[in-house]
Amino acid sequence: MAKGKVTFKEDICKGCELCTTVCPVKIIVMDRSKINAKGYHPATVTDMDKCIGCANCATICPDVVITVERFK
Amino acid sequence: MAKVLMKGNEAIGAAAIQAGCKYFFGYPITPQSELPEYMARELPKVGGVFLQAESEIAAINMVYGAAGAGARVMTSSSSPGISLKQEGISYIAGAELPCLIVNIMRGGPGLGSIQPSQTDYFQATRGGGNGDYRLVVYAPANIQEMVDLIIEGFDVADQYRNPVMILGDGMIGQMMEPVEFKPPKRREIPEKDWATTGTGGKRKPNIINSLYIAAEDLEAHNIKLQAKYKKIKENEVRVESYNIEDADVVISAYGTTARIAKTAIAKLESEGYKVGLIRPITLWPYPYDEFKKINPNCKGILTVEMNTGQMVDDVKIAVEGKFPVHFYGRTGGMVPTPEAIIENVKKICGGEI
Amino acid sequence: MTIVFERTKGLTDVETHYCPGCTHGIIHRLVGEAMVELGVLDKAIGVAPVGCSVFAYNYFNCDMHEAAHGRAPAVATGIKRVHPENFVFTYQGDGDLASIGTAEIVHAAHRGEKISTIFVNNAIYGMTGGQMAPTTLVGQKATTAPGGRSEEHSGRPIKISEMLATIHGAKFVERVAVNTPANIRKAKKAIIECFKVQLEGKGFGIVEVLSTCPTNWGMTAPEAMKWLEDNMIPYYPLGNFRRPEEAE
Repeated sequence: MAKGKVTFKEDICKGCELCTTVCPVKIIVMDRSKINAKGYHPATVTDMDKCIGCANCATICPDVVITVERFK
Repeated sequence: MAKVLMKGNEAIGAAAIQAGCKYFFGYPITPQSELPEYMARELPKVGGVFLQAESEIAAINMVYGAAGAGARVMTSSSSPGISLKQEGISYIAGAELPCLIVNIMRGGPGLGSIQPSQTDYFQATRGGGNGDYRLVVYAPANIQEMVDLIIEGFDVADQYRNPVMILGDGMIGQMMEPVEFKPPKRREIPEKDWATTGTGGKRKPNIINSLYIAAEDLEAHNIKLQAKYKKIKENEVRVESYNIEDADVVISAYGTTARIAKTAIAKLESEGYKVGLIRPITLWPYPYDEFKKINPNCKGILTVEMNTGQMVDDVKIAVEGKFPVHFYGRTGGMVPTPEAIIENVKKICGGEI
Repeated sequence: MTIVFERTKGLTDVETHYCPGCTHGIIHRLVGEAMVELGVLDKAIGVAPVGCSVFAYNYFNCDMHEAAHGRAPAVATGIKRVHPENFVFTYQGDGDLASIGTAEIVHAAHRGEKISTIFVNNAIYGMTGGQMAPTTLVGQKATTAPGGRSEEHSGRPIKISEMLATIHGAKFVERVAVNTPANIRKAKKAIIECFKVQLEGKGFGIVEVLSTCPTNWGMTAPEAMKWLEDNMIPYYPLGNFRRPEEAE
């Protein structure tokens, strides 16, 4: 199974939650514990090991918050 | 270069090409259609592009695009068509782009008529579009002058990065006169490093824009525009005046109407009357200062126009109440006669008015 | 470890002003990526409309020109005629293109103008606060159609792609949507194919992109994506309406 890693540029996230709806392994949630520079709860990943690097989250993100890497 | 007998509308095209204009976007409308027809024939011969747009609105926005891309570009129309272009002209002035706009005026308002008029003076000089902007407005009285003003007008547009308007009328567009095409005087024309040409990966993107969403920025932009207009006022006023130092009556008229006034003046002089003329060549910037040279004992100013009185307001501003200002005009496409002008002058001299 | 997804050079690093979840952001990214992948970013000149994407000139990393409302295709025509070797595109919303600018888009297609248009259809006027657009669906509420659009009062919404596909000069016409990752990937392919039609000098190309407006639809971003699927796609079927081969 491919292995991947995502990084969120937290301070430009607008908290729209679209990424949480398309993650096939359901590891993206809104981080209710903090507020970013724009005043939103930013999206974050709970269990990076499960990430398969499919980039669905980055694809649907309107603000290009997410960078995706894959272990080949 | 030898003189050539040309129709006004075509001479405009020839002058523009002589000035290096390579792009014309227009739309058919009487009485200026010979110009787009001329450009359709001639521009391709010089590697230029003529395009008939779907409307005057589209045409002026094509000019807006081409000017932003750094081209020497023009459009032309007649009164109602120029009304359609007003928003585009306001954008071009706001974005500080050079271009030439020709208005061969016809009777108005509305569909009006196709005969000559001067009924778009306010629109041209006060701005028919939104915002505090100005066009440099030239009013040629004959075809040679029109040709000279067009050739120089493109340089003025580039020098000040501002739209320039040639305000003609149906007569000057349709009549034929001998003309020659002389190069303009040298001017300092800045590089168009602001134009959209593609960054080539070598510079930051250029943005052609008139939107300043922050009020302070838009005010600063307007202050910058006003500084430019002040410079234009100081350097670009053009006027012809005749015998105003000791005239009893001074006639003020522009364009072809001024030629009719000259005929009237010649006749009046043969009858011993002392009559002067002030003929603005730039309608904006208006030659207000010229009126200060008028003979203090002058009995009055007669403004003659092919409309119901528009430039007369500027004459009143110019004389600051020192002289009575009278108006005589014909409109709807009717042309004033020398005899009617003579009659009006005699009334002023006789003190009946 | 290889990067499989990162911010494209086709966009500047300016954060957009769009509302949370507004799909303009996705479409901007696709256009930016397409220009970079086709190697035309350095010769690109874009024309921004008036509407939500009025500030697009701050977001695309190429020369930009801000057009009057509805006039982008005419402005782009002026630019392309001056710089035929450059890549010229317009980015327009449905108020801009399908309402005030219909004459300009129809005639750009009619002339076969060698420009590319990205037409963002979100069935509403966004920037001005939710008024009815020519693309607002029957029954869909808007601030100027408080009871919902009524066909009897203001007709059915305009199908721009089908309309433009009847024009010979339109060599590429496709409608896509950006409400799911799969649709977004398909949308990118269509945008690249549309841009190629210009680069190969074949004529006019347009991609209509069904898009959301969470704020003015009064929904969350995920709900809006669902609403698009259930309401817009049935009325505005996705697919290609015209490709260069059949457009001979």
